Amino acid sequence: MCAKRFGTYLGKMAGKLKRGRDMNIQSKKIISITAIAVGILGMVVALYMDFSKSSSTIRGSLLIIGAILVLVGAYLLPTRKHRTIINILFLFPLVFTFAVTVLIPFALGIFYSMTDWNGIKFEKFVGLGNYISMFQSKDYMYSLVVTFLFTVINMVTVNLMAFGLALLCTSKVKGRNFYRAAYFIPNLIGGIVLGYVWQFIFNKVMTTVIQGSASMLTEPNLAIVAILIVSTWQYAGYIMMIYVTGLQSVPRDILEASNVDGANQITTLLKIKVPMIANTFTVCIFLTLVNSFKQFDLNLAITNGAPSRIIAGKPVQATEFLALNIYNTAISKNQYALGQTKAVVFFIILAIVSLTQVSISKKKEVEM
Amino acid sequence: MKAQKIKTGIAEAIGVILTIIILAPFLLVVVNSAKSSADIITNPISLPKHWGQMVTNLSNVIHNDNFSYWNSFFSSLLITAVSLLLLTVFSSMAAWVLVRNKTKWSNFIFMLFVSAMVIPFQVVMLPLLSTFREASNFFGIKMLQSYKGIIFAYLGFGGSMSVFILHGFVKGIPYELEEAAWIDGCSPEGTFFKIIFPLLKPVQVTVLILNGIWIWNDYLLPSLMLGLNGKIKTLPVAVSSFVGSYVKQWDLILSAALLAMIPIIILFLFAQKQIIQGMVDGAIK
Repeated sequence: MCAKRFGTYLGKMAGKLKRGRDMNIQSKKIISITAIAVGILGMVVALYMDFSKSSSTIRGSLLIIGAILVLVGAYLLPTRKHRTIINILFLFPLVFTFAVTVLIPFALGIFYSMTDWNGIKFEKFVGLGNYISMFQSKDYMYSLVVTFLFTVINMVTVNLMAFGLALLCTSKVKGRNFYRAAYFIPNLIGGIVLGYVWQFIFNKVMTTVIQGSASMLTEPNLAIVAILIVSTWQYAGYIMMIYVTGLQSVPRDILEASNVDGANQITTLLKIKVPMIANTFTVCIFLTLVNSFKQFDLNLAITNGAPSRIIAGKPVQATEFLALNIYNTAISKNQYALGQTKAVVFFIILAIVSLTQVSISKKKEVEM
Repeated sequence: MKAQKIKTGIAEAIGVILTIIILAPFLLVVVNSAKSSADIITNPISLPKHWGQMVTNLSNVIHNDNFSYWNSFFSSLLITAVSLLLLTVFSSMAAWVLVRNKTKWSNFIFMLFVSAMVIPFQVVMLPLLSTFREASNFFGIKMLQSYKGIIFAYLGFGGSMSVFILHGFVKGIPYELEEAAWIDGCSPEGTFFKIIFPLLKPVQVTVLILNGIWIWNDYLLPSLMLGLNGKIKTLPVAVSSFVGSYVKQWDLILSAALLAMIPIIILFLFAQKQIIQGMVDGAIK
């Protein structure tokens, strides 16, 4: 008797709950659909104002608020496909910003490189004309060669320096943790600020230390060496830490075994440590290659391309690397299409380097 | 034994000498920002006569209209902080969806993010500027010389690498955790924010540090989007525009450089381990 009554009570409660939930779902549905409808209306009004060339200042906010309302409405919408909606909503912010800032400009950029684009509009399609005139211009070819030279030399100096520092920081030297931090610091400060500081060092300090000498930055070759010095100084500490991580991953028992077998430190280094961290070398070499090739901040702040030198009867900027050359072509000389063309070639070179790295790492994985 | 001692002695000496050489530029900045312009020209390597001069130099620079230190500092801080916050949340969300949905769409989007890491900023910067200018005029949303525009751009540029790093980590989280939450009646967004998001913390630190150092020090993007003489300036842009208007006034330039370095050095002193670890992890992944 009692159990039966309890049963009906439970049933009633369940019914109430269900009705409550239905009510809840109903109201949720109404709210979400209203939000979506109002949002769409707002966006449509904003877009109408855009197309009718209205200069009303609220149209921007109206568009944003409308879009947000639609997103909120979609989130609240009670449906079986809730998971799919969540997936889309979660992907939306990043994919949208990524498409607007990277994908669309990238596609436009490749297109613009084949037109007479002036930064605002283009009038005619010129095919590969820009590419041809680019490779015929002396300053670009010079910049290309200098950048390649700088990249290769910088890659070697940074890695040698970094590996040396890493060996020091993994030895039993006292205060090695302090050294690690100290060598890492230059890498934390931006290239622009450091570049100006080093410009001061080359122009004022060096000329005082070596009495009566001219600044390194006034002689074309020495100016490139100056950028190399700063770039190595700034970057070695970072690469060093990657080598340190690699060296620390060499198992201790292997090192002990080699010690027992009577291998001296140099043999241990060359025959055991270096082969075991071959992968770290690949990472560091490609990292420095790509970053040296993209060098811009130091170049701009230390020399900004100066001094000039005469190549085949024409003056060119002696220390203008590719990234700076692209920037100056477009921004200073206002030749947007040509600058964009140079940038596309810049991208192609970098893509080839990255693909090489990927294929090398894949090969290694197979071997392991 | 004796040979061993000599060896460590040599190593220690090398360590000390290298430290001095590597840190010398910073020392020169500190020493010379406490000198007058004339003193720097006569001798840039001597110690300053009166350290009090540093206060004068720094306050000159701080109150300078071209540099306006506090404004640029807070602009840099605002841009970096908001970009980092949004980047971390949004890229965690995206990485989770991309890992847990094994459709050809999610695969495609992920491949798009990964391959975009090769794209250098130079190849998109010019069309980006014109796109943003057009969009501002057409939609009436100010994208150039505005905080929202530059934060938007940092989300787009930082997204691909962040998703890539987080993607690898989310893969390692057992799916059973989510299933358990699902059975207990947790919604998908609840599962993500209450269970997955907290687990991502160690990688999120890596993402924060890598993007933070980059955004804080970035020069090219803000110089193009905000302009060298615009209302909003980040610290690197402010330093550059300051140097442009005070050519060869080294006392002021070095004081400005010192002011620009201080915040990040202070941060480094407090979070040394995390910063080094984060930057190394980012490179290896």
